[in-house]
Amino acid sequence: MRRFILIAVPYLWLVALFLVPFLIVLKISLSDIALSIPPYTPQLDWTAGWAGFKDFLGQLDFENFTFLTQDPLYWRAYVSSLQIALISTVLTLLVGYPIAYAMAQAPDEWRPTLLLLVILPFWTSFLIRVYSWIGILSNEGFLNQFLLWTGVISTPLTILNTNTAVYIGIVYTYLPFMILPIYSALEKMDGSLLEAAEDLGCSRLSAFWLVTIPLSKAGIIAGCFLVFIPALGEFVIPSLLGGSDTLMIGKVLWEEFFSNRDWPVASAVAVILLLILVVPIVLFQRNEQKQREMDQ
Amino acid sequence: MAQTVFAPWDDPQAKPLIQFKNVTKRFGDFTAIENLTQDIYEREFFSLLGPSGCGKTTLMRMLAGFENVTEGQILIAGQDMAHVPPNKRAVNMMFQSYALFPHLSVWENIAFGLKREGKPKDEIAARVEEMLRLTRLVKFAKRKPHQISGGQRQRVALARSLAKAPKLLLLDEPLGALDKKLRQDTQFELMDIQEKTGTTFVIVTHDQEEAMTVSSRVAVMDEGRIIQVATPAQIYEAPNSVYVADFIGDVNIINGVATKAEDGYLITWAEGQAPFMAKTPNLFADGQTCHLAIRPEKVAISAERPADAVNAVEGQIIDIAYLGNISTYHVKLVNGQMIKAQAANTRRLSRRTFTWEDRVWLSWTDTAAVMLER
Repeated sequence: MRRFILIAVPYLWLVALFLVPFLIVLKISLSDIALSIPPYTPQLDWTAGWAGFKDFLGQLDFENFTFLTQDPLYWRAYVSSLQIALISTVLTLLVGYPIAYAMAQAPDEWRPTLLLLVILPFWTSFLIRVYSWIGILSNEGFLNQFLLWTGVISTPLTILNTNTAVYIGIVYTYLPFMILPIYSALEKMDGSLLEAAEDLGCSRLSAFWLVTIPLSKAGIIAGCFLVFIPALGEFVIPSLLGGSDTLMIGKVLWEEFFSNRDWPVASAVAVILLLILVVPIVLFQRNEQKQREMDQ
Repeated sequence: MAQTVFAPWDDPQAKPLIQFKNVTKRFGDFTAIENLTQDIYEREFFSLLGPSGCGKTTLMRMLAGFENVTEGQILIAGQDMAHVPPNKRAVNMMFQSYALFPHLSVWENIAFGLKREGKPKDEIAARVEEMLRLTRLVKFAKRKPHQISGGQRQRVALARSLAKAPKLLLLDEPLGALDKKLRQDTQFELMDIQEKTGTTFVIVTHDQEEAMTVSSRVAVMDEGRIIQVATPAQIYEAPNSVYVADFIGDVNIINGVATKAEDGYLITWAEGQAPFMAKTPNLFADGQTCHLAIRPEKVAISAERPADAVNAVEGQIIDIAYLGNISTYHVKLVNGQMIKAQAANTRRLSRRTFTWEDRVWLSWTDTAAVMLER
């Protein structure tokens, strides 16, 4: 009985905070737009009883999903989001791995400080940090002023409101999520493994490829998912740093909800986004589980 | 059939495999190895024995190439090793932590070094099979290191370091992580494998029993120096210093002053007591202080003074350590010095001759004790 209660708590949590909201969104996505409050129809009429419920079910349809396949804007937004999320994940990995590696190599007494420095940005609001990038990247921003002053460029670079700014924003924001799992994998590694690899005929570089990389694989996978999953649905960064041609599904979703006030189509967009995300999330869970089994 | 004794170190013609020539190693201000010169011969099972921090691990890591020599030279098979990185040395090491690659199976761990050599696949497979058979691991080839026991991991580490057929195998506390029973079995297994493969083994250990069991020669180290190098029997029977005598096994040390007698020395050790008599090939000046080292098992214990004893002294039993097969008696002499004497328990315990507070006589021959200068 006690065991049942223990298991029930997380399940209740999931049902209340994930399944129920999801079902509500799913239901809206199957409805039609209407000029009412809330702005969709049908509404379930509890007073009509069983007949009312049947009538309600009869009015639900997949019209919105069909619509999504017809308008190229949507699937292009999905593809472009996947592309941006994928490229940013790779960039974050390329920036994050050396940082995590350097942290794991640092003397013991330095590690807590370095770890703190990685986490420190979280102490400021995410929105403020993204806004400050506008100040850095704009045509009159710090970066351009600095480059003009040093004489590297003669005319300001246009970075803000391009995809480049979005990549910079995503890499900057999600870097800690990449560094921390890789660092924790590298930190656990026994230094004598590299010596053993060298002793058995590896050069430094091949020892890195054959030992360090495989042993930090779980950290790399975890970090990539932790960046990819939120980056795919990212809304704030593309809308603040991106330009008019930056097409991301998070932005489309926002506009559908708040500018267009088409809740059913917006919900359909959200449901598809979730279905896309289920795949990497399941893969992520499997990776975590495998890692736990390895550690035992 | 005549047995030839393996002792290349006594043969002036023999060429050493490893030569340390005036090797010094410093870490900042700390001197880990001080001006060390030592030869190690092919097929030897050479032990570096000493307390932690004596430099034995540093010495081994210099052989493997993980540490550079500050001064002096290390030659392996006549070649100066100064600028040869670890991956270019015909030397393999078995790490104290075993350092098995956790992401690779037992088979892949053993094959790791062979693959780096770029050998053909079937040759690698054959060699790995051979190693698996040698270390009795055939059944575990597909397992990962975390799926096997400590003793099996130890054998994987050994197989992996032997797979490349190195000229020299370094073993850093190879049995440290095993429990006592398994350790004893593994010691003989190690000797067996060493004999079969004909590899030169250099082993680092702080366990004197282990060093005595497996080695052809033992080097006792202290503070970056080798104090004595000799076969286990010589180290035990003829230590060259109080440090070595004390480090290997149990010993009684009696301090005294030497005086030359007819065919040996008289050692005055306490006022009003008859001097002890000892024979030694070493020369002592009259009046020189010396240390008499006597192993407890060479001290006889009796109720009456033995008539023919060269050295005999009276004392009182303070303590008895009963170890089953033998007992160690702690006997206090008149000047307060404690002497340990061992006797085999040939009778049942209830019929033991001596007990606490008994006055007894201790005796030993003139060759039983070793006279040491320092």
